[in-house]
Amino acid sequence: MRLNKILKNTLLVLTACLVLSACATKKEVATDIQGQMQGDVYTGTDTVEYLADGVPDRVFFATNESILTTASRETLRAQAAWLRKNPSINVVLEGHADERGTREYNLALGERRANAAKDYLMTYGISSDRITVLSYGKERPVDSGSNPLAWSKNRRSVTVKAN
Amino acid sequence: MTKKILILLFILIPIKANALIEVDITRGNLNPLPLAVSPLSIDEESRKGFEKILKKENIGSEISNIVENNLRTSGLFNPLDKKAFLQAPDIANLKPRFEDWNLIKAQALITGKVNYVDDKLRVEFRLWDVLAAKEMMALAFTTVPNNWRRVGHIISDKVYERLTGEKGYFDTRIIYVSEEGPKTQRIKKLAIMDQDGANNKFLTLGNELVLTPRFNPASQMVTYLSYFKNMPRVYLLDIETGTQEVVGDFPGMTFAPRFSPDGKKIIMSFAKDGKSDIYTMDLENRIVEKITNHPSIDTSPSYSPDGKYITFNSDRSGYQQIYVMKNDGSDVKRISFGNGLYGTPVWSPRGDLIAFTKLHKGKFYIGVMRTDGSGERLLTENYYQEAPSWSPNGRVLIFYRETKTNSKGEGFSAKLWSIDLTGYNERQIKTPTDASDPSWSSLLSN
Repeated sequence: MRLNKILKNTLLVLTACLVLSACATKKEVATDIQGQMQGDVYTGTDTVEYLADGVPDRVFFATNESILTTASRETLRAQAAWLRKNPSINVVLEGHADERGTREYNLALGERRANAAKDYLMTYGISSDRITVLSYGKERPVDSGSNPLAWSKNRRSVTVKAN
Repeated sequence: MTKKILILLFILIPIKANALIEVDITRGNLNPLPLAVSPLSIDEESRKGFEKILKKENIGSEISNIVENNLRTSGLFNPLDKKAFLQAPDIANLKPRFEDWNLIKAQALITGKVNYVDDKLRVEFRLWDVLAAKEMMALAFTTVPNNWRRVGHIISDKVYERLTGEKGYFDTRIIYVSEEGPKTQRIKKLAIMDQDGANNKFLTLGNELVLTPRFNPASQMVTYLSYFKNMPRVYLLDIETGTQEVVGDFPGMTFAPRFSPDGKKIIMSFAKDGKSDIYTMDLENRIVEKITNHPSIDTSPSYSPDGKYITFNSDRSGYQQIYVMKNDGSDVKRISFGNGLYGTPVWSPRGDLIAFTKLHKGKFYIGVMRTDGSGERLLTENYYQEAPSWSPNGRVLIFYRETKTNSKGEGFSAKLWSIDLTGYNERQIKTPTDASDPSWSSLLSN
């Protein structure tokens, strides 16, 4: 009985080791991505363009979400400040989704994401007259990859000058 | 899913005169019915007449090729090799020597004749039960020569109907979105083709993004989403005249359009302030009605064939799921409760099932469930596929599938596929370019 139990435990430990080592190799791949993602929200900069010095043009979202992260709110506050300084500029907020969803739902999700950004700009004093929302759903990815990092870059709302 | 076959041969005593061969299409068919499609016979004068107008050497053979191809792709029939035929087409059409056809194991035989009469194409065809040595059906029609492909489709529909007891789906068209160019800058055009891929035609030029075309079940009208002037709106297009108009006057994106079963209304979503609700517009009096009112995303609506109910997907539970409600928006009930996300519900033209797309653990499925959500059955699994559309007889689903790209982001493609309700007979439908968002028309003739 006892021996049996010991054997069983050894086996368990062995299996655990195997699982862990599998994890370890996986983790190495993941660290590459890690620098550019938090949870599944993109935090890197390779796709980001700038509306002005220190004013990134886009914010990123988690899968199926339209909640603004702390970083996104910071970006949008910078955009709001820039828009207040440039009262003649109007913008289009282009909302996007990744490819892992049905087309029609993604159109709605893109609209919801762009609206989250719009609402935030409005709370920082930007008039809704200056903002147009346009959803592209999953129709205009920036990264054509079929992997989590590519998808995270594609889940975005991009602020584009309209005039 | 039972992997059973199912050609049933009923020999009935001649009370019900002709019902001899019958094909059961309700289950997967691993043993298609062997039949012989004898080329339609044609006299030399008629042959030359048609060769001049249609540039086809032998229009009789061309028409029977269409019939043969349709019956084969249905998965229910196995058209036998013509080389094995012992009887000449003209004689077979008069009076088949059933022993000869029996010898090559044909259980049914199609024969016929084509004539050139007063600049018209006259076709007669017969369907024979080989084992019972009887004629099952004989029909003749006359049409303009240019309709020759449709003649092939109509014959196929008649044979299918006679042998399965249900209407066919061959004299139909598919409208879809043609796709070209890199994934990040796809150029999309509306395109239309016959159900078998012939007569492909582009309906828009690709200057603006177009999505989700759907046929009116009652006419040759189409509704779709266009980004004309960068404003995503639902449009109505008459494919005969080419005229189009925007549907309704909404201050924002309208999308996910479909017709009501009588073709008199369009049902669609309107997105505003981060929420999407379902609306209808009456095409005669232009009255717009709001059907759902919820802070969630409500989209992909589809009517039941009697028009009394609407199925749609909503994330009001937190995730995308399928719901059914009355056509006035009351009595909303969630029907999908399996693991994963559910979208794009489409009510079967037969009324008893709803087809859907399901996303679970990183895989996409096309499936069907009963209209109360019970009896979920997944027909096919893939990296990405969605948007099922029913054949008019509710026996086949067409959808599109996208491939995974490689580590460099290359190798993307989108193609149309079809699968039988049984989960069998999955096949790719060839298109000149990549393709997505297919919608199947009603039968053009009845």
